Amino acid sequence: MGRTLFGKIWDAHFVAETAGGAALVAIDRVFLHERTGAAALARMAEMGREVRDPARVFAVMDHIVDTRPGRGDGTLMPGGEGFITETRAACAEAGITLFDVNDPAQGIVHVISPEQGIVLPGLTLVAPDSHTCTQGAFGALAWGIGSSEAEHAMVTGTLRLEKPKTMRVTFEGALPAGVTAKDMILTLIAAHGAGGGAGHVVEFAGEAVRALDMEARMTLANMATEFSAMTGLIAPDETTFAYLAGRPYAPDSFEDPYWRTLRTDEDATFDREIVIDASQIVPMVSWGTSPEHTIPVTGTVPQGPARAHDYIGLEAGAALAGTPVDAAFIGSCTNARLSDLRRAAAILKGRRIAPGIRKALVVPGSLSVKRAAEAEGLDKVFEAAGFEWRMSGCSLCFYAGGEGFPQGSRVISSTNRNFEGRQGPGIRTHIASPETVAASAIAGVIADPREYMRVEEPA
Amino acid sequence: MTAFPQPLAGIAAPLHVERLADNVDTDAVIPSREMRSTGRTGLAEGLFAPWRYSDADARTPNPDFVLNRPEYCNAQILVAGSNFGCGSSREHAVWALAEYGFRAVIAESFAPIFRGNCIRNFILPVTLPREVLEEIAGEVVEIDLEAQEVRCRGEAHGFDIDPEAKRMLAEGLDAIDLTLTQRDAIEGWTEVDREKRPWVYLENTE
Repeated sequence: MGRTLFGKIWDAHFVAETAGGAALVAIDRVFLHERTGAAALARMAEMGREVRDPARVFAVMDHIVDTRPGRGDGTLMPGGEGFITETRAACAEAGITLFDVNDPAQGIVHVISPEQGIVLPGLTLVAPDSHTCTQGAFGALAWGIGSSEAEHAMVTGTLRLEKPKTMRVTFEGALPAGVTAKDMILTLIAAHGAGGGAGHVVEFAGEAVRALDMEARMTLANMATEFSAMTGLIAPDETTFAYLAGRPYAPDSFEDPYWRTLRTDEDATFDREIVIDASQIVPMVSWGTSPEHTIPVTGTVPQGPARAHDYIGLEAGAALAGTPVDAAFIGSCTNARLSDLRRAAAILKGRRIAPGIRKALVVPGSLSVKRAAEAEGLDKVFEAAGFEWRMSGCSLCFYAGGEGFPQGSRVISSTNRNFEGRQGPGIRTHIASPETVAASAIAGVIADPREYMRVEEPA
Repeated sequence: MTAFPQPLAGIAAPLHVERLADNVDTDAVIPSREMRSTGRTGLAEGLFAPWRYSDADARTPNPDFVLNRPEYCNAQILVAGSNFGCGSSREHAVWALAEYGFRAVIAESFAPIFRGNCIRNFILPVTLPREVLEEIAGEVVEIDLEAQEVRCRGEAHGFDIDPEAKRMLAEGLDAIDLTLTQRDAIEGWTEVDREKRPWVYLENTE
């Protein structure tokens, strides 16, 4: 009987059974950030406990660092500086590698971990951040945990786990033009619910997944947590190995036959299977206050929970396209990589955001992404269109109490969450691909990106 | 560490009152702006801030919110719909619930990270079907962890919990201490794994 990729990684990390019948699973990498990771470090020090293997623990300042040019440790969030200085001191004390505020490699944890080659296929990697599932795109078992479990992983090198169930989501066929990995994952969550993946590790498979580059695969895996899955997983292939080879913490080559064993066997079975026809996917935009409240950009708002309609200010039957927006945001661990910025810039080039847009931000996922984008002149395209060009960080993917959108704003956003108040009290968020954000910013209303894509002139 | 009280009896506060809320996210349980220090305390005031206060900055109570009603203000048991605790992994959501006084959350289902955080902090996550939730919301209930039952008006509703979580809750066990008793197994496993997967074991350059 064949094994799934998940099963192979699980078996390779199984240390022992616990007295309660759970599994003690070895953890290869822990990644912390200043917002919730700091609590784990503080508690560990308080309890007089030590990090078992500091060389395999990393930390970054990303969640509440300021993203305005010229930043230092100060943040607009009241008390924010304390998180930064305390995390820095705790990392030094524990001997943990820290990507500090203005380190050239600084960026959002799930953007820089792959950039540095810290995540590798077949590894277990945890972080006190729900979007750690992003890194499952590399065929690693990577998932979000709380601060207590981070402490557990650092001190013991293991976690106590109940074995999850397995699910395969197969995207058959090819994606149409103008449709992205973001639209794939939103389609899945809209169809099967925000709780649809509960209790499962989800493997994304199929022709449309194989065709994605690594950055798009990360976008797909990123929102597995919005599906309530423990994590998302994509089997590594030559695209994966080519991306990682030679990066600072990765092997120079992936020639060893071991790496090709990291795939689901043909005769392996899953607890659940979902098949989606990728050729039928269209650009998707959320209408409500859960990622499951998502419809095609061309669609009309369905009847949902009354609270969601009240909060978002859209009634059932209203057309989503044409809804006026006040602000636009391109950033986050979902969609702030170089390819995301390139695609948004391709739409914005030579155009201006609508006069009604009161705030438009681009926040690159890492300082490496920022440098690469500037080398291509993308910063100039964004600025000419009316966007602010920022330093890297999580920024207004969520609201930490400092910088915000204008009161009552409706925001078109490349992020992953449209919860009540997520981007600020009373702020109404519509999640979409970077293309859709760019097109909507130009139109001043929620817009179909396909109408703003330039067709190549025949030679 | 505090073991789960056996049994726990009290009123089950329904979130929200009109209809049990689905997909209650941890941003709603405690917004990022309410997490003001790297510690685990001082969070109860920020619990459900977006719903509990009509003006969160001024801490003006919203009289319609369930926990602001006199009958629920000391509730130790919370009832909600499906996918409770989705969103951010912030353990602050559970710390805020615990500091406020909650010892159990009963819901149709839980987001996985939140559920794990509950168990590590001795809050019991109970999963029951929707129709049972509707029945017990607002009632005085008794939760018996040992028997794995929620009792209400003479009726007993059984619930599942994995043996590991049950033991940790019932005995108030510290997971790290518990795991360190298996240190030899961990060392042995690591020694073998180092040979198999040398690329995992990085050298500290600090």
